[in-house]
Amino acid sequence: MRKAFIEELTKLAKKDKNVWLLTGDLGFSVFDDFQKNFPKQYLNVGVAEQNLISIAAGLAMSGKKVFAYSITTFLTMRPFEQIRNDICYQNLPVTLIGTGSAFSYNTAGCTHFALEDLSLMRILPNMTVTAPGDAYEVKSLVRAAYKHQGPVYMCITKNGEPIVHNKNTNIIFGKAVKVADGNDAAILVCGRQLSNTLTAANILREQGIKCRVLSFHTLKPLDMAEIKKAAKETKGLITVEENLLAGGFGSAVAEVLADNKITKPLVRMGIPDEFPKGVGSQDYFLERYNLTANGIAGSVKKILKLTSR
Amino acid sequence: MTIKNYMKKLSHKLQDDLKRQALNIRRDIITISAKAGSTHIGSLLSTVDILTALYFDILRIDPKKPNNSNRDRFILSKGHGCLGLYCTLANRGFISKKILNEYCKDGSTLPIHPVRGSVPGIEATTGSLGHGLGMGLGLALARKRDNESGRVFVLLSDGECDEGSTWEAVMLAGHLKTDNLIAIVDYNKIQCYGHVKDILDLEPFTDKWRANGWEAIEVNGHKFEELIPALRSIPSQVGKPTVIIAHTARGKGVPSMENKLEWYYYNIKSENLDKILAELI
Repeated sequence: MRKAFIEELTKLAKKDKNVWLLTGDLGFSVFDDFQKNFPKQYLNVGVAEQNLISIAAGLAMSGKKVFAYSITTFLTMRPFEQIRNDICYQNLPVTLIGTGSAFSYNTAGCTHFALEDLSLMRILPNMTVTAPGDAYEVKSLVRAAYKHQGPVYMCITKNGEPIVHNKNTNIIFGKAVKVADGNDAAILVCGRQLSNTLTAANILREQGIKCRVLSFHTLKPLDMAEIKKAAKETKGLITVEENLLAGGFGSAVAEVLADNKITKPLVRMGIPDEFPKGVGSQDYFLERYNLTANGIAGSVKKILKLTSR
Repeated sequence: MTIKNYMKKLSHKLQDDLKRQALNIRRDIITISAKAGSTHIGSLLSTVDILTALYFDILRIDPKKPNNSNRDRFILSKGHGCLGLYCTLANRGFISKKILNEYCKDGSTLPIHPVRGSVPGIEATTGSLGHGLGMGLGLALARKRDNESGRVFVLLSDGECDEGSTWEAVMLAGHLKTDNLIAIVDYNKIQCYGHVKDILDLEPFTDKWRANGWEAIEVNGHKFEELIPALRSIPSQVGKPTVIIAHTARGKGVPSMENKLEWYYYNIKSENLDKILAELI
């Protein structure tokens, strides 16, 4: 996803000299060509995330389209007030690119685990919040962010996650994409678990269970129409995210159901209220929280069991 | 570079004009804050001569074209001093004097802290300390890389220099040789809960800026014969951002308020307004 981001940004920077890339001293090897080719549109501000955001705001006030990059945790939490006041309150076209979803920095420990970013960014007025599920969504969302006249947050991952979409898929802010159809249950996924979710749907299909899979690459604005439709047309909903359950995507879906007086079974998959203990690989942690194809398939069965009582 | 080098003689006429403008602004601050029952008065009064020097002599701005792209930009990083900026903008013709009466009123566009675009002349939203210099650096960098002429002035409080984010911007501005960025510190020596030297001593203050690649000039922030030559000399060294350390006094202009911490928190009771206005010097 990170490669897809810089490839798309390079195309935009070539066309428009007002496209800037700011980094908080991260992006080793990935940004080498960008800084060589666009020295006037690139700045490494050093290990100073508060200043990163304030400078981005100042540049945006001068008509620049700024993409500010750092590791998700450092980007969203250290300068939270700068994001709130300088970017969101002033409603400036700055896109925050957080690299790392949940356990991307697996053996680095909890300081590097992106657990809260979706929840934190979602509560900020004016902020558009995105969590692409594959490189195709990344590229489309980077283009959308470039055209957008306000702040955007995007959580991307470091590795080569499988491409799910084909080239004809239309990705626009606030519109979920249906990647599999079915009326037994609906699996709503936000972010990196997209591929696992699709695998889960395929496993279930072989067992005669047809699931609808919706990719919510945009968490805010949330595609409420698709949520309501899925609730109406299927037996229950499963939300999947690599974020704490508190305040993230599943919470947002639950709010839509409650606000619209929709009573439908809902299973929220994500990370519970804890700092994950121990050391291990990305898969090691994801398995702990059932964020795997089999884990997701299990949640679907749980929903169907509930509804068959 | 010493202060002496900047002590050029200003014309009496200019000094008289500036003093008159400063007195008008102080009178407006006292009157409007009394009407609104608002606080921060001591901290507002310490900035008046700096704002006067900027808006009536230094800044390349046009009240008739407040969004002119080549204009100098001014950011009030010490956002709690915004009544002083509103009154300055009103006296400089950016906004009507009438609108000042709406300060802090229900449904008004003039809160205590500045909101970008709320009225002409407000360039940045501030209020939480330590944000203004970084935003100013972003504005200055955009101008430098686009070869545009506008300069960026940022007014900070001394208490604000406790914030780590301020020093992130100081370090980077020096490193990038952003000589179109000018910081002015309203060094009135009193912060929220006491004297700067007792709470978190900033000294040796100018040395800290210089160590980070800035040109630092110390002036009496209430004497136009020091403020104006210093501000006119910018950039006094090509390749260096400039800081003006303006030694000021809280409550300047109203003797009974001068250097009193409590006038950050007190408001002016209507029955005392005439007495305080009569004190104005």
